[in-house]
Amino acid sequence: MAEHQHVHIEHPDMYDPESSKIGMWLFIFTELLLFGGLFIVYSVYRYMNPDAFHLAAEELNTFIGAFNTVILLVSSMTIAMSTTALQKGHKKVAIALVVITFIIGIGFLVNKYFEWGVKFSHGIWPGSEQMLNEMSQGEILFFGLYFVMTGLHALHIIVGLVIMGFAIRGVANGKVNAKRPSLLDNCGLYWHLVDLIWIFLFPLFYLIH
Amino acid sequence: MHTTNAVNGANYLTYQGKYKGLLGWIFSTDHKRIGLLYLYSIATMFATGVLLGLAMKFELLAPGKTIMDAQTYNATFTVHGVIMIFMVVVPGLPAVFGNLMMPIMIGAKDVAFPKLNLLSWWLYIAGVVLVLCALLFGSGSPDTGWTFYAPYSFKTGTNLLPAVFGAFVLGFSSILTGLNFLVTIHRLRCPGLKWTKLPLFVWTLYGTAWIQLLATPVVGITLVLVALERVFGVGVFDPALGGDPVLYQHLFWIYSHPAVYIMILPAMGAISEIIPTFSQKHIFGYKAIIASTLSIAFVGYLVWGHHMFTAGMSGTAQYYFSLLTFIVAIPSAIKVFNWISTMYKGSINIQTPFYWAVSFIFVFMVGGLSGLVLGSLATDIYVHDTAFVVAHFHYIVFGGTGFAFFAAMHYWFPKIFGRMYDKAWANIGWLVFTIGFLALYSPMFYLGMMGMPRRYYDYLEEFHGGNILSTLGSWVLVTGFIIIVVNLVRSARKGEPAEVNPWHSKTLEWTVPSPPPVLNFEKEPVLGEKDGPYNYD
Repeated sequence: MAEHQHVHIEHPDMYDPESSKIGMWLFIFTELLLFGGLFIVYSVYRYMNPDAFHLAAEELNTFIGAFNTVILLVSSMTIAMSTTALQKGHKKVAIALVVITFIIGIGFLVNKYFEWGVKFSHGIWPGSEQMLNEMSQGEILFFGLYFVMTGLHALHIIVGLVIMGFAIRGVANGKVNAKRPSLLDNCGLYWHLVDLIWIFLFPLFYLIH
Repeated sequence: MHTTNAVNGANYLTYQGKYKGLLGWIFSTDHKRIGLLYLYSIATMFATGVLLGLAMKFELLAPGKTIMDAQTYNATFTVHGVIMIFMVVVPGLPAVFGNLMMPIMIGAKDVAFPKLNLLSWWLYIAGVVLVLCALLFGSGSPDTGWTFYAPYSFKTGTNLLPAVFGAFVLGFSSILTGLNFLVTIHRLRCPGLKWTKLPLFVWTLYGTAWIQLLATPVVGITLVLVALERVFGVGVFDPALGGDPVLYQHLFWIYSHPAVYIMILPAMGAISEIIPTFSQKHIFGYKAIIASTLSIAFVGYLVWGHHMFTAGMSGTAQYYFSLLTFIVAIPSAIKVFNWISTMYKGSINIQTPFYWAVSFIFVFMVGGLSGLVLGSLATDIYVHDTAFVVAHFHYIVFGGTGFAFFAAMHYWFPKIFGRMYDKAWANIGWLVFTIGFLALYSPMFYLGMMGMPRRYYDYLEEFHGGNILSTLGSWVLVTGFIIIVVNLVRSARKGEPAEVNPWHSKTLEWTVPSPPPVLNFEKEPVLGEKDGPYNYD
């Protein structure tokens, strides 16, 4: 009897695109609350140290920030286009669009690398001599939060890139297709979330004065 | 819904999949096997936590140093708390009975994402291992209390980092379980099982899952901040760098108070299954129980401040949090009234699960009402940080969730293992355990009112009597626990084969063979107009 109770029985094919989509949305709620905690911390300290936050924000390069915002928005568009391409059965176009999104994501990280690098070369990093000796408490908090929040966001970008890698492989070998698009769809949803969080981080750190 | 005794092929305990032996379990995506994995791992951690609790009680047998010094005592209550909260009561009922029973109760083959479910268990194990690393290696066990309050949590020289990271990983495991259950309950209910026919245990898991999903990330990021504070000194909670330690407390309790409802809601759900079954009567106020479940889940988010009345907070905020705390007590009371009314004029079948359920109601009421003493501003100032608080939350968390866990264990045991336990020994175990519980925690209400502070390894001579009684109670409780465990373990292997539906219940899990087959149902069940989880006549 145990003979026909083999492997496949443990993995009944339960593919349901609706379930995957709900699951991803729920995960996005979780992510929003994860960042929500940080946004609360930011607002409290901004309220307590308005002048210091203003002063510290001057240090940031608005141009690089704006440039990163623009390219991330474009990448959101390209990933959305790839989902549509897959629905229409244009496999190669879909792959090309995810690859473009991937490259833009890398570009974002490269910019971030240079941005952080400049801060480091000015002696600004959590716990550095320069910060502890020359900055007010409000400025220390600003840069502490800047590194934590943009760092966590960069981590999300990296996770998004990994998921994109899987999506590209899936579309290429045909496992992700017009009838089973969930991996690419969810990859897109996740990327939009990463984009959305940046849309909030950008004004909070670079623009508000 | 007709019952069948036909056992065709292997059941979930005996079948062999891709792997043999232990690997066939730890890599199984079958929700029932994962449920049992959780049961064994959580039981192990519970036993560890009990031993630590026993050691603390032994220390308090007499004033002064009895068996350990102050530092060891601090580490002991910290580790006891971390284990019991993050590894036992938070995952407790959802991870064990939610996994074992919920998919069957809604007529599904499995949860929506079986692989994710297995990943949740692996994350749980990873979290456990991390916390154990904090205990065994490095510069001593954490001594901050399970709340990891700033600024001490980044000043202490003990090995705190793995413990904080472990708690974060355990939180992630909890989030994924919640996500999985939400999608499962939305998408995989069998035909005819409308929301208004859903068993109440499933409803409470649904409410719990929302809390897991929306509250856990907040403590997750808070713990990350503590870790970054320790490693890099970012300053977010460090007053020396401009940070605010009270903000840490806010963020911590924004999760950790709703977490109390993660612990208690599924417990209430299990009781809502057991009471109608053993009263053979439709649950009283089905919709009121659902409404109260959802309102507890919602209002529970907004009361975190009552943990911080003495920490420095504006008077307005205090009034607000105190008022909401009283409001959240109302839906809990509604449930108690519903359970009692269900028993009224029912044909009560007194069995072990029923004993556990009724004693649950008693300890839950004592715990709940003493919570109101802490929720009102004036009395809270008086008993804050005393043994009274310890007694209150052990009545709720251990008395509430723990008693409900044992109730659920004795209720679903024949279904899970296909064998019946020795009922006489089960009843004796319950009696001894309950007597021990009351003797252990009741004196602490008195001691707290008299002013004995919590978290000290020493106390004044005048508190000696109450502490002796409490320590004796801990020994009786452990004796009861051993009786229960020995009886269950022995019965799981050698007990009488169980019937399909030994308690004559109406929910779907009692229509499948005991133990259930691999895919739960031979063919998908369909609920007719007159079928329902509590339709007894």
